[in-house]
Amino acid sequence: MLLHDTSIIFGRYVRQTLRSKFQILFGILMPLLYLVFFGPLLTDLPLGSEGTSWQILVPGLLLQLGLFGASFAGFAVIIEKNTGVVERMRVTPVSRLALLLGRVLRDALLFVFQAVLLVLAALVMGLRAPLGGVLIGFAFVAVLSLSLASLSYALAMSVRTPQEFGPVINSVTMPAMLLSGLMLPMALAPNWLDLLSHFIPFRYLVDAVRAGYVGDYASSRMLYGVLMALALAALSVTVGTRRFRKAGA
Amino acid sequence: MAILSTAGLSRTFQTKQGPVEAVRSIDLTVQPGEILGFLGPNGAGKTTTLRMLTTLLAPTSGAATVAGHDLLTDPEGVRTRTGYVAQSGGTDPNVSVREELVTQGRLYRLKRPAAVARAAELARDLGLDDLLDRPTRALSGGQRRRLDIALGLTHRPELLFLDEPTTGLDPASRADLWDLVRQLRTEHGTTVFLTTHYLDEADALADRIVVVDDGRIVADDTPTALKLRHAGSADASLQDTFLAITGRGPAPEHRIPVAT
Ligand SMILES: Nc1ncnc2c1ncn2[C@@H]1O[C@H](COP(=O)(O)OP(=O)(O)OP(=O)(O)O)[C@@H](O)[C@H]1O
Ligand SMILES: [Mg+2]
Repeated sequence: MLLHDTSIIFGRYVRQTLRSKFQILFGILMPLLYLVFFGPLLTDLPLGSEGTSWQILVPGLLLQLGLFGASFAGFAVIIEKNTGVVERMRVTPVSRLALLLGRVLRDALLFVFQAVLLVLAALVMGLRAPLGGVLIGFAFVAVLSLSLASLSYALAMSVRTPQEFGPVINSVTMPAMLLSGLMLPMALAPNWLDLLSHFIPFRYLVDAVRAGYVGDYASSRMLYGVLMALALAALSVTVGTRRFRKAGA
Repeated sequence: MAILSTAGLSRTFQTKQGPVEAVRSIDLTVQPGEILGFLGPNGAGKTTTLRMLTTLLAPTSGAATVAGHDLLTDPEGVRTRTGYVAQSGGTDPNVSVREELVTQGRLYRLKRPAAVARAAELARDLGLDDLLDRPTRALSGGQRRRLDIALGLTHRPELLFLDEPTTGLDPASRADLWDLVRQLRTEHGTTVFLTTHYLDEADALADRIVVVDDGRIVADDTPTALKLRHAGSADASLQDTFLAITGRGPAPEHRIPVAT
């Protein structure tokens, strides 16, 4: 039943995305700009860790893509609440978990697709990384998108207007980006900043993808990243499903 | 056995201006096959009651059994056997009529071919045949209302909640809908729980009328009995009866004739 329901919801939202081809490509514009105009600045800098600067920058850009893209996924639900689509679905016996999963799996697919385009562009710019690490990077993008999209939908179910939604998302994503060493590794940071960044779950994901990009698979960085990603996903999906179940007001 | 019964069903909304008691302890019983007209002025609590009975909104207190299932402990059972057409609809402007109808069937767990067949049937019954490939944003208000109704009928529910189903329909479509509601009852024994602000509609369709005001039930009887009691004559209009019940008009004996 869950599988059946999820595939119906997933199909509906994949078709929604395909109707707006613009959105599919627009999402990679920002990371692409960083890649082209920021990446070359780093090539000769001593970034204090192994690998080339591309192996440090590209993992950060991949997660940036997921971070900014998936956090705003909830906007669509605010619109759907206003058109009555959300209640129309909630009144059917469809699984509440499927209402969330169908949507977030679409988001994961969309952002992995964008991540593939970004990595292809990076290869042209000069990125060289082991295939295994690149694939691990995509897996992290998928899990991160799924988690953040779940939280974003949960928030969207709780607010009335986009005006309440946007500021909350911005106030979470900007610090998360700065404090996780998304652009430059935290190895360069003074102690206090490095310490602070350990409280941002995001940091462990970035570190793990960077480890993957230099072929360092059996490392504690990878282990912490995987555990953090799974914990984040479990928590977010639980919170999101609860909102689709209760959603009053 | 009653198909719907509620006991002390209540809902209070917390707002910035303080609590709003939208529904205050509603006790209501509906028999299978009944067509119930649920009337009341704007803000009386009709939609809130319907949203609770369809599992969309948790009651603040009270209990209900809906189509044989306990509202609070078995919402899934309630959902499979009831249908709901919301006051403001529920279609995506960018999705086609056909896709909405088929998806709805799939959400009610029909296999794809069955969902496609059901969509065709509903399109025929509600006059949507020529509109199937249009996105719903390209429908007129009344056409979109007919689609909303089709969506609510998809799984042939035993108990159907219609929240102002005929608002925005032209006279012919309204008459068609009345026929459809009567037909659902005679052919399938469907129970229909409907709200409306058109009192002629309630008069023509409903076996029984429940009037709510300020979250409370203020009258519950057949249309004829209500007219006799509140407007003094079985030939009185339901309009006068309603105004007398809700205190929104002068008492019948003082009424000044108004040109119409
Ligand atoms: N989500 C909400 N938050 C706060 N108050 C609400 C909410 N929904 C409804 N109300 C309030 O509850 C009361 C009942 O509203 P409801 O929509 O049930 O009325 P109604 O009888 O359906 O009216 P109408 O005929 O205008 O559709 C109103 O005072 C309304 O403002
Ligand atoms: Mg209403």
